Amino acid sequence: MLNQHTISDLTRRLAQREISAREITQSCLDRIQQVDGRVRAYLSHDPADALAQADAADQTIAREGWNEARPLMGIPVAIKDVLAVRNHPLNCASKILGNYISPYDATAIEKLRAAGAIIHGRLNMDEFAMGSSTENSAFGTTRNPWDLARIPGGSSGGSAAAVAADECIASIGTDTGGSIRQPAALCGCVGLKPTYGRISRFGLVAFASSLDQIGPITKDVRDAALMLKVLSGKDSRDSTSLPDPVPDYPATLSGNIKGLKVGLPREYLVPGLDSEVKKSVDAAVQKLVGLGADVCEVSLPHTDYAVATYYIIATAEASANLARFDGIRYGMRVDGNDPAELYSRTRGAGFGPEVKRRIILGTYVLSSGYYDAYYLRAQKVRTLIRNDFLNAFEKVDVLVTPTTPTAAFKVGEKAENPLQMYLSDIFTISCNLAGICGISVPCGFTSPGNLPIGLQILGPPMGESTLLRVAHAYEQSTDWHKAKPPLQ
Amino acid sequence: MDYEAVIGLETHVQLKTRSKMWCGCPNQYGAPPNTHVCPVCLALPGVLPVANEEALRLTLRTGLLLQCEIPARAKFDRKNYFYPDAPKNYQLTQYDQPSTRNGHVEFEFNGTLSRVRITRAHLEEDVGKSTHFERHSGVDFNRAGVPLLEIVTEPDLTSADQTHAYLNALKEILQYGGISDCDMEKGMVRCDVNVSVRPCGTQALGAKIEIKNMNSFSGVRRALEYEIPRQIAAVRRGEKLVQSTRRWDDVAGVTEEMRSKENAHDYRYLPEPDLMPFEPAQDWLDNERASLMELPLARKQRLMREYQLPAGDAEVLKNNRALGDYYEPIARLSKNPKLLANWIINNLQARLVEIMEKEKTEQASLGLEPDEMKFTGLADLKFKPSDLLDLVEMVARGALSSASGQTVLAEMVASGKAPSAIVQSMGLAQVSDAGAIETLCDQAIAQNPNPVADYKAGKEAALNALKGQVMKLSRGKANPAMVGEILQRKLRG
Repeated sequence: MLNQHTISDLTRRLAQREISAREITQSCLDRIQQVDGRVRAYLSHDPADALAQADAADQTIAREGWNEARPLMGIPVAIKDVLAVRNHPLNCASKILGNYISPYDATAIEKLRAAGAIIHGRLNMDEFAMGSSTENSAFGTTRNPWDLARIPGGSSGGSAAAVAADECIASIGTDTGGSIRQPAALCGCVGLKPTYGRISRFGLVAFASSLDQIGPITKDVRDAALMLKVLSGKDSRDSTSLPDPVPDYPATLSGNIKGLKVGLPREYLVPGLDSEVKKSVDAAVQKLVGLGADVCEVSLPHTDYAVATYYIIATAEASANLARFDGIRYGMRVDGNDPAELYSRTRGAGFGPEVKRRIILGTYVLSSGYYDAYYLRAQKVRTLIRNDFLNAFEKVDVLVTPTTPTAAFKVGEKAENPLQMYLSDIFTISCNLAGICGISVPCGFTSPGNLPIGLQILGPPMGESTLLRVAHAYEQSTDWHKAKPPLQ
Repeated sequence: MDYEAVIGLETHVQLKTRSKMWCGCPNQYGAPPNTHVCPVCLALPGVLPVANEEALRLTLRTGLLLQCEIPARAKFDRKNYFYPDAPKNYQLTQYDQPSTRNGHVEFEFNGTLSRVRITRAHLEEDVGKSTHFERHSGVDFNRAGVPLLEIVTEPDLTSADQTHAYLNALKEILQYGGISDCDMEKGMVRCDVNVSVRPCGTQALGAKIEIKNMNSFSGVRRALEYEIPRQIAAVRRGEKLVQSTRRWDDVAGVTEEMRSKENAHDYRYLPEPDLMPFEPAQDWLDNERASLMELPLARKQRLMREYQLPAGDAEVLKNNRALGDYYEPIARLSKNPKLLANWIINNLQARLVEIMEKEKTEQASLGLEPDEMKFTGLADLKFKPSDLLDLVEMVARGALSSASGQTVLAEMVASGKAPSAIVQSMGLAQVSDAGAIETLCDQAIAQNPNPVADYKAGKEAALNALKGQVMKLSRGKANPAMVGEILQRKLRG
């Protein structure tokens, strides 16, 4: 089944004309047909459009031969419903956008197209990327391909589930507090959150502008490196994108991590850490030692404040970012007798409860008289958290932690308890506050349960090369990434 | 008890940039609704702003012209409020770290120099324009995202007239600096006024009342002429004024309360995470400083000092920058800069007006709208400024009469020929030969016995009639001063 293969496998065979882009695409479409009624990773997709792109890719390959400069030629990549794709629906899994169709491509989408990728489908997510389970989608919960009674994680739950269930070759997610790494961990995929500014955010519907980052979810680390190389770079349309040159990431995957210094943050041994998860992560650390890494304990003293800091900064920015969804220019409208009534009716009907909760929280922390106590203080703590990491990276090359405190939980298990849901991001949130990079790779399964467990590796700003090298060395020494969910 | 007003202004000025503040859409007035829009200025999902460098440069230049400090670092903030003309439902502005601050403007008022302190001039974005129809409303987003400078004063103004004078001085500076066209009719300048009253001689400020919705400088003056006595009367009646916002009704000529302090907006400012803080580079600032133009008032004062111009002439040359720029390079070469100014302000301007009237009629008959018409200006004149200088020098040294000078100027405008060539070909050179003038004077005295008798009887004015006769006999070429002298000598003798 071609849909089960990695980008690097498929492109090698495409280059040798053993297979066609149409065959790859058709195998993904067949798989969607077969399982997506149960997984529900896709909100919508257009098979005819995907096949047309595949045929165009096949013609290009036939005409021009394989071109190394277009490393994703003929590869179907599925997109989280938060990135603008020209002439595709853009809903952010919310009712409020109605029948909105984007008139333009996000920069990341342009880059994927330029690399030859087939842009296919809209993947489910928590509404406006707010959540950790996809239960906040206005269009139903995506299921974990390893256990359909469980959540796939979130907010990029559809992106992880689609890759895990082989409904696409790779996908694009976004990560504001763990939204790529956490679902990748829970679904047994590789999920990469690049350094803030590494990939342009132009065309990404903002949740929290200073934390959001686009990244790939893939079947192995090499594919993540390949995708990162395509997606990265300065963009004149995003003032916060960074000008650093883009390394040839796949070329840095040497498999050699001898003498590399790995730090274990002592603050991450929290009471809620599941013993199965801890066991797998400990084993992974031993594996790294076996590969020649030096492991030591480090301290990130402000870790305890990360969740609170995050929920102040993220909600404050969100309260402004989501103000534009007002029923005036596009999307859904519930009319009123004056603008104020139109706004409250439209937003009342259009946003789900978690989005409303965060808008209210964000509005509150920015209010006159509360700003200094909440937002301003949170910004200061954010600096301390960033400094914690920068200090740690003076001593070690990467940090290793569990990606999540537990494996995938059951649908509905935490839906009524937002605070407990927020705590499921406890290991991933600091990375966004610090603006550094992080990756989750599979490191085992629960027993019993057979649910995937993720290992998180964190690197310094622009440290993706090292991050990927460690992740790849670890991955290649295990078989976890080769396991497929029992889904027929 | 006597009361005085304390007035401060917030003036919004659209910057003269080619494109909008955050996107490449044209910054251009008058296009059909929603034709100068793109995903960015419509705030479609996913877009990000990118700051317009020209707008940042014009902001710094304004700061320098207003004698402001330029902080090393400025940033943008989101000002949150919901309104259909605000596409993002927040406005990007500079809240606590503006691009410029702590400056002042000096201007003439009532024969003395007034100085108003400038709190800050910061950069923000304009919003769309709402139009209300019978059953619905529409928003035109062409204006949304146009760079807007907000210039805030300290409460240093004390009267409606002084406020009016400040606004004119500010406008003049901004036009001089190429910052804005300041076209009021196109909404390029808008201002809000803060006014309070207090007993004369006291220091504490009264309750600040903000007036909005004036769309002309005279509207500001009228609003203050209404509002100040209203507040004074209220205080005299023993009412306690409270901080509030009022709306100027231009038709009725009154202000009415919009909202009081309790209903004031909470804008929930937060730093704009989509833009990096702006730190102007030193060489950038140095360049800007080096290329800075002279302020209008300074120019007027210098024109009076360097060329001994009367205040009125210096004012005209200050007000009309092109005219001043035409004047100065030749004035530096002139022995008679006062006379030169006179010729430029009166004779040359009159010619230009004449030409414009003619061109207006012609172009109107071709069906052109007023804003499509093009007129001959100083730059289009066929002769060189140095030709005008030569002409005026000829008049000054008596080689040409003033009247003949006018004829020569008309010919210069028409043909572009040099004045000396025109004088020669038209035979206009002034006669200053005493012998020839004496002959003509004798002739005039002989032919006009009545004025001669009148003059001898003590009517001084009769001399003018005789002078006129001599000039007529010389066909305008006799040197008038010599004619007067010779006639007097002959009649007294």
